[in-house]
Amino acid sequence: MRGGLSAIIKKELARFFTDPRSVITTILLPGLMIFALYSFMGEAMTGLYRVSDDYEAQVYVVNMPESLRPVLEGQGTEIQTAAPGDLAGLRDKITNKEVDLLVVFPEGFDQAVAARLSAKGGAAEDGVGLSVSPTGLAAPPNVEIYYNSTRTESSGAYEAASQLLQGYRDTLFTTYTVNAVPDPAVASPYDLASAQDQAGFIISSLLPMLIIIFLFSGCMAVAPESSAGEKERGTIATLLVTPLKRHELAIGKIISLSLIALLAAVSSFVGILLSLPRLIGGAPEGMADASIYGLNEYALLLAVILTTVLLFVGLISVLSAFARTVKEASTLVMPLMIAVMLVGVLGSFAGAQSNLLYYLIPAYNSAQCMAGIFSFTPNVAAIGITIAANLVLTAACVFALTRMFNSERIVFSR
Amino acid sequence: MGVVLRAERLTKTFKLSKKQQNLEHTAETMRTAANNLSFDVGKGEVFGLLGPNGAGKTTTLRMLSTLIKPDSGDATVEGHSIVREPEQVRAAIGFLTSELRLEDFFTPDYLFGFFSQLRGIDAATTERRKRELFERFGISEFAGVKVGSLSTGMKQKASLVISIVHDPGIIIFDEPTNGLDVITARVVTDYLKELRDSGKTIILSTHIFSLVEKLCDRVGIIIEGRMTACDTLDAITRDASLEDRFFELFVEAGGEVA
Repeated sequence: MRGGLSAIIKKELARFFTDPRSVITTILLPGLMIFALYSFMGEAMTGLYRVSDDYEAQVYVVNMPESLRPVLEGQGTEIQTAAPGDLAGLRDKITNKEVDLLVVFPEGFDQAVAARLSAKGGAAEDGVGLSVSPTGLAAPPNVEIYYNSTRTESSGAYEAASQLLQGYRDTLFTTYTVNAVPDPAVASPYDLASAQDQAGFIISSLLPMLIIIFLFSGCMAVAPESSAGEKERGTIATLLVTPLKRHELAIGKIISLSLIALLAAVSSFVGILLSLPRLIGGAPEGMADASIYGLNEYALLLAVILTTVLLFVGLISVLSAFARTVKEASTLVMPLMIAVMLVGVLGSFAGAQSNLLYYLIPAYNSAQCMAGIFSFTPNVAAIGITIAANLVLTAACVFALTRMFNSERIVFSR
Repeated sequence: MGVVLRAERLTKTFKLSKKQQNLEHTAETMRTAANNLSFDVGKGEVFGLLGPNGAGKTTTLRMLSTLIKPDSGDATVEGHSIVREPEQVRAAIGFLTSELRLEDFFTPDYLFGFFSQLRGIDAATTERRKRELFERFGISEFAGVKVGSLSTGMKQKASLVISIVHDPGIIIFDEPTNGLDVITARVVTDYLKELRDSGKTIILSTHIFSLVEKLCDRVGIIIEGRMTACDTLDAITRDASLEDRFFELFVEAGGEVA
């Protein structure tokens, strides 16, 4: 009786969509919440590591060498000189976040550097090479930079000062450079990855895991209600005394719940796509623009996601059918949720698996396939196996659910 | 009068849970709810299963309506075995008990359509029957109100109507007036009479003697899972009242009236 299947699907959808509360909490809210939360998180995180433009760092220097004075003072930060006797007091002030940076040069820094320069030059001329340390030479002069890593302004000043000093050292001792960039303001020309690939890389390491989690939560929001809930309220027996075939009931429920769960997942997906630019500050241009993916990628993605949802709904429905109440069902599904998330996370962080057998593992296979699709390197055989595995397992769930609807012990368990 | 329902040696045993054992102060782990029950119901007949609570009436009716399977024995409904052809049996009967609930979220109007569709009834017939039945039970006014918001009596009437959307020839009714308010109970009893007069076969279970006397042509008395007597009402009662006759049988079967 075909009418049975379509009646069940229509009823489940009507149950959901004519109830504004369930539509709002299951479909609209997740997307909105994720957008708001991730945008806020992104903004907050960027703000955490950003130093206000007009901030004046409090920098003290002891024993400022004449050679470095123009370089250091040319940075636009007012540098205050301190006497060696102030050291202890200044270090306390850094701990207390009153001063940002203290640079202590050893006495006679310039002379010590000059001595090492001439010694090295001589060694090189002897043909001994730079790697051999000439004997009888004093240890290299050490510049001490004190800072406070818990204060963003202090860390920033430390970064700038150590870069400056290392740069100065490099200009003195350089024999060759690697990937020299004449102007730090220009992006490095050496990374040849396309902007699209870079965006894909970031998305593929982030989204698969999130999508798996969203899919599962979407399924969790609807599936236990539908199988354990009907048992709890005693409405399932009313269905079971009609000529409706048990497998029609099982298939009808899984299809309709999957549609709803899919919508919930799409809502979360849109929410995260919209919040991506703010979540990943400093991402490449054009990043998080969903349009970097074409129809091909979206079609593959949809196929993977759809079969994953079917499987999740199937698994949750089977577990829920064992439960007597919705509450009990949620408890039963918890271990499954933890397992799925763990496997999903593993699947999105691991490098692409070339052994196709791994694509038989639910959730792991979906995460791996999505990571491949997002990074523009989809493995068609793996996606095929994933879809087939998901469908076969869903069919097994339908079979199990059908058996359960036939079992008086399960339907009438009290 | 042809036989439309024949039960042959229906037997059903349940495991008692620890909780039930404590509740009933018993050490037995198994309970035989139905023990070799055999009976026939003729077309157009009203057959009553009479017995105290826990005698096995509900179990028997659940087996007949294919919600549960007998451990042994079988029954045929219009020639279809409840064990091998449950779908045909379900198509032939209307089963109603207070345990079959309607989803609170939907309206009687929607549910009538939904269950008609499940039973493969065309739209025109569905509309006609809906109008008739809603009118007959005074549901029309509440057809668009969610079941959850209906009064208990109205819910029960809606349940009744929805269990017979397909105009079944055989109606199985577990404790028809249990838990109903007096007015609804009267409406239901009257409707059962109407159904009987229109030639439907009715099987009902009850522990209310007056209901049996009012409605039933034949009656089977079940005590502790066994069919103690099964005959026409007149043959069973003879010159005594049904109540007196029942207690005679009850004591004969080893029952104790405290």
